[in-house]
Amino acid sequence: MLILNCPYCGVDVEETELAAGGEAHLKRFGPGASDDEFHDYLFMRENPKGVHFERWRHVNGCGKWFHAARATDTLEVFGTYSAQTTEPPKEIREAITAKRPGWTWREFE
Amino acid sequence: MKHYSAFAVAREALRYHTGWERAWRSPEPKKKYDVIIVGAGGHGLATAYYLGKNYGIQNVAVIEKGWLGGGNTGRNTTIIRSNYLQDPSAALYEKARSLYEDLSQDLNYNVMFSPRGVIMLAQTQHEIRGYQRTAHANALQGVKTEWITPERVKELVPIINLDGPRYPVLGGLWQERGGTARHDAVAWGYARACSAMGMDIIQQCEVTGVRQDNGRVVGVDTTKGAIDCEKLGIVVAGHSGQLAEMAGFRLPLEAVALQALVSEPIKPCMDVVVMANTVHGYMSQSDKGEMVIGGGTDAYNNFTQRGSFHHIEETVRALVETFPMISRLKMLRQWGGIVDMTGDRSPILSKTPLQGCFINAGWGTGGFKAIPGSGWGMAQLMATGHSPLTEAFTLERFKEGRFIDESVAAGVAH
Repeated sequence: MLILNCPYCGVDVEETELAAGGEAHLKRFGPGASDDEFHDYLFMRENPKGVHFERWRHVNGCGKWFHAARATDTLEVFGTYSAQTTEPPKEIREAITAKRPGWTWREFE
Repeated sequence: MKHYSAFAVAREALRYHTGWERAWRSPEPKKKYDVIIVGAGGHGLATAYYLGKNYGIQNVAVIEKGWLGGGNTGRNTTIIRSNYLQDPSAALYEKARSLYEDLSQDLNYNVMFSPRGVIMLAQTQHEIRGYQRTAHANALQGVKTEWITPERVKELVPIINLDGPRYPVLGGLWQERGGTARHDAVAWGYARACSAMGMDIIQQCEVTGVRQDNGRVVGVDTTKGAIDCEKLGIVVAGHSGQLAEMAGFRLPLEAVALQALVSEPIKPCMDVVVMANTVHGYMSQSDKGEMVIGGGTDAYNNFTQRGSFHHIEETVRALVETFPMISRLKMLRQWGGIVDMTGDRSPILSKTPLQGCFINAGWGTGGFKAIPGSGWGMAQLMATGHSPLTEAFTLERFKEGRFIDESVAAGVAH
């Protein structure tokens, strides 16, 4: 079972206590955006076999959203961090680099 | 290819089975093919088969990273049905179901199609309305299904408990000619028929790049060297995104794990397929007597081909209420497959931005039942540039807002 640390509660919680919220750090597009931008925002997702950044909600706990850095091919968790950011903090990136040198994801906004 | 028949079995019995030949060849790749299909699962092999059979295109290679039929083709719960709400889906899945009817004769390979009937249980008021609507839609589409009462469900499935406190059975959508088939045999049968037409099935050969010239596909790089082609079909389910990236475009897909489990074998107790979509549980009894149980998907991206125990718990907990007699069954095996999900839970069978390159992906949790129809439509699309079966399933439909929304229609993964 996947176990993530809720950065607000500071406790390790099991998957059943959480709700997955899909890809993190999406840039939102609304009225005035081009068709391509809106299409990509709604339907195009990173689908890496490797490092991935996701939104999770501690739904049966504090109820707050947070972010997790995880590997989709091994289920390894690199760390969790606050949702109040548009890109992963430096220590999370370094934790990933320590284990997976040369990793890439899409560009952060 | 030597014909399989009752006579052949008798002949081989008399000579100690020394005369059987390998079902398909394992050749080294040629320099060039008219068509290369990446992925030797059911959909890829069916595409190759109908390219040869319907359009005479037999200079074809099917390239497979692992072994033939070793992905989701061998990991599903083998259910075949076509009771879909939306017209394009019903047309495609019904084409597949009708091809399954005489697939064994067509391929000269016993795929053990068993049209034992499929019930989708209605366990909430919402499902009653939903399935009655589907039954009406199916009548208009020419797909034979009917809405049945709880009493009829009990007649068909004597082991069912109709009045569970949490998941009562309020009726069902019954498709009499739905059922199961042996999933491995479907892949093997198509592979044997493809090989007999002179097609090359190349296993243990990973595609590492898609070569293009001026916006047109010209071949692939593989672990067995470069191979040229006129047309390329990408039919790789969970790894579609990786292949698309090599070909220079993106797909609106996410890969998640779907899991299933199977019990110890018991005496025959249920001769239909029962699906309970509210609880994400499907159950049928295999010819060996095992209860084959399909569960739900993980909610997060996953490439590990493993399941998770709490999903099993959810599925089994609900099934135990509906089928009390399975409560003491031991489970033998549990496994996961990587399914590629689209936003509207319908597949993509389409041309791509790269000329000459076609994609067949996004079958999500319901690909096995569609194999013959998917191959039929995909072959028509690749050979002629257009297929009425696949025309609604384009890559552009998301941008154009023309969804084939089976996530709403089915309410759950299908």
